[in-house]
Amino acid sequence: MTERTRQAASAAQRQETINRWLLSTPALALIAIASVGPLLIVLLYSVLAPGSYGDVKWEFSGQGWFNVFFSRDIFDDTVSLADAHVTILWRSAKLAIITTVLCLIVGFPTAYFIASRAPHNRSIWLFLITIPFWTNMLIRGFAIQEMIRNEGLANTILIKLGIISAPIQMLYTDFAILLGMVYVHLPLMVLPLYASLEKLDFRLVEAGYDLYATRLKVLWRIIIPLVKPGIIAGSILVFIPALSSYVIPRILGGGKNLMVGNLIELQFGQGRNWPLGAALSITLVIIVLFAMLYYVKNAGKTGGGHA
Amino acid sequence: MRKRFDIRVQPGFATIAMLCFFILYVPIFTLVVYAFNSGISIARWEGFSFRWFVAAWNNNLVIEAAIRSVQIAAIAAVIATAVATLAAIATTRTAGYRGLTFKYSFINMPLMVPEIVTAVALLILFSRIKVWTGYSGLGYLILAHTAFCIPFAYLPIRARLENMDLALERAAADLYATPFKVFRYITLPLLWPGILAGLMLAFVISLDDIVITEFVKSAGQETLPTYMLGQLRRAITPEMNAISTVFLLLSLAIVTIFFFLSRSNEKSE
Repeated sequence: MTERTRQAASAAQRQETINRWLLSTPALALIAIASVGPLLIVLLYSVLAPGSYGDVKWEFSGQGWFNVFFSRDIFDDTVSLADAHVTILWRSAKLAIITTVLCLIVGFPTAYFIASRAPHNRSIWLFLITIPFWTNMLIRGFAIQEMIRNEGLANTILIKLGIISAPIQMLYTDFAILLGMVYVHLPLMVLPLYASLEKLDFRLVEAGYDLYATRLKVLWRIIIPLVKPGIIAGSILVFIPALSSYVIPRILGGGKNLMVGNLIELQFGQGRNWPLGAALSITLVIIVLFAMLYYVKNAGKTGGGHA
Repeated sequence: MRKRFDIRVQPGFATIAMLCFFILYVPIFTLVVYAFNSGISIARWEGFSFRWFVAAWNNNLVIEAAIRSVQIAAIAAVIATAVATLAAIATTRTAGYRGLTFKYSFINMPLMVPEIVTAVALLILFSRIKVWTGYSGLGYLILAHTAFCIPFAYLPIRARLENMDLALERAAADLYATPFKVFRYITLPLLWPGILAGLMLAFVISLDDIVITEFVKSAGQETLPTYMLGQLRRAITPEMNAISTVFLLLSLAIVTIFFFLSRSNEKSE
């Protein structure tokens, strides 16, 4: 290649790169303006002082971050762990983890069931999983609300069967939040699990049986290790939105059963402590980022994994 | 005769799977059934009637909110799909260049940030802008919806593009087609199913949004989901079931179209 053709080639390549940047600019700009960029404002607000009627005063203050973990007694100035906030963070984490485990327990057999159907039947079953997923979250929450209210179907059936004599209060409890979260997030578990299970090489399963393994052993020692990336993918995909749930605890948990999403809203509404709300938001983002990193490291390896 | 040993079967899995489908569908099914209740209760069946659909149709607040929802979703989906198409073209079928990974992760970033955090961030930003400019129209909602719809529009378009052979476009360029002509007559027609799929997805995602809308909307800018969220605090009549049922059918129709579009995507590989 002569010097001149090489120059021409590299100029063309440079032009190509410039074009590619120009083409992607509108999308990048919109996301920067109305999705990712504003996060920097939240970061800034988390280190400002709270204003008297919401908003912030433009002076540096560590108060917001301080308040995430500690609270100062207004009378004697003693510092203690901020019970309410830490409790709610811990509660949210606990509920999100239980949701993830329950989704896994129900979702794994379901995904396995779909993956072991004849190939032309699988898409129908998958479609059945997808429909609830695309149904508005609010409608699904409302449907659960109707099921478990005191005069709802669940209580009516239990009474008719003679298992209970009076309706059990299920709505506005932690049970309701859990049920709602499992209900809403189940498809997010099934789809990546299915993607992994679909690629499962059943010759390995057969080899296990040939070597006198029991069904349970085959499941535990062969199938589960092989689809581990799918299990991690599904778990993270459920854990992240479950942790930051806002709608489900709001409509099923009533006023007092809060999760961190509702706590954040409270700081921007009645609580009127924007820096605290901002600091809580950043905390949530950091937890999610770590979960995401774990996901990329462990579930991304096989290439497949998520739908 | 002994039953053949099926290596694919795991005991109890089929039962749990059936239970899973049962759990998924019973609440939705009940919700739809009670939309046709003639009584005022959402738990006691009193007979079949369309009265709550009529009530919802005559409820101005519902109709206004529904129209607003569709308006926002339509505009946001079209803009998001347009910019996502350009971005997809810029980030596929290349030997990789500086910033490619950055672009890819940046475009997908809205999927990773918890919605409540984005909502709070936009609340802060837009409340400032509202004070500065005095503008408080639908623009904020459209902008916010466009941004979070971009990754949803981008993914199916990108998937389609990656399966498209560059040879056709190169051939057209060899025959002296201008870049615009190549795009208009080769790339666009081939890419069209992907673009439509992206558009559908973006539309549904925008239509369904609750959290960001709830925080960004100004007074009198209820969308259908935020209207319903407000109603859920009050005493509920089957009118809510009727609204939900119509909403459900609309999403279902769009998702079905999306499903077939992406299937034709896969087949054309």
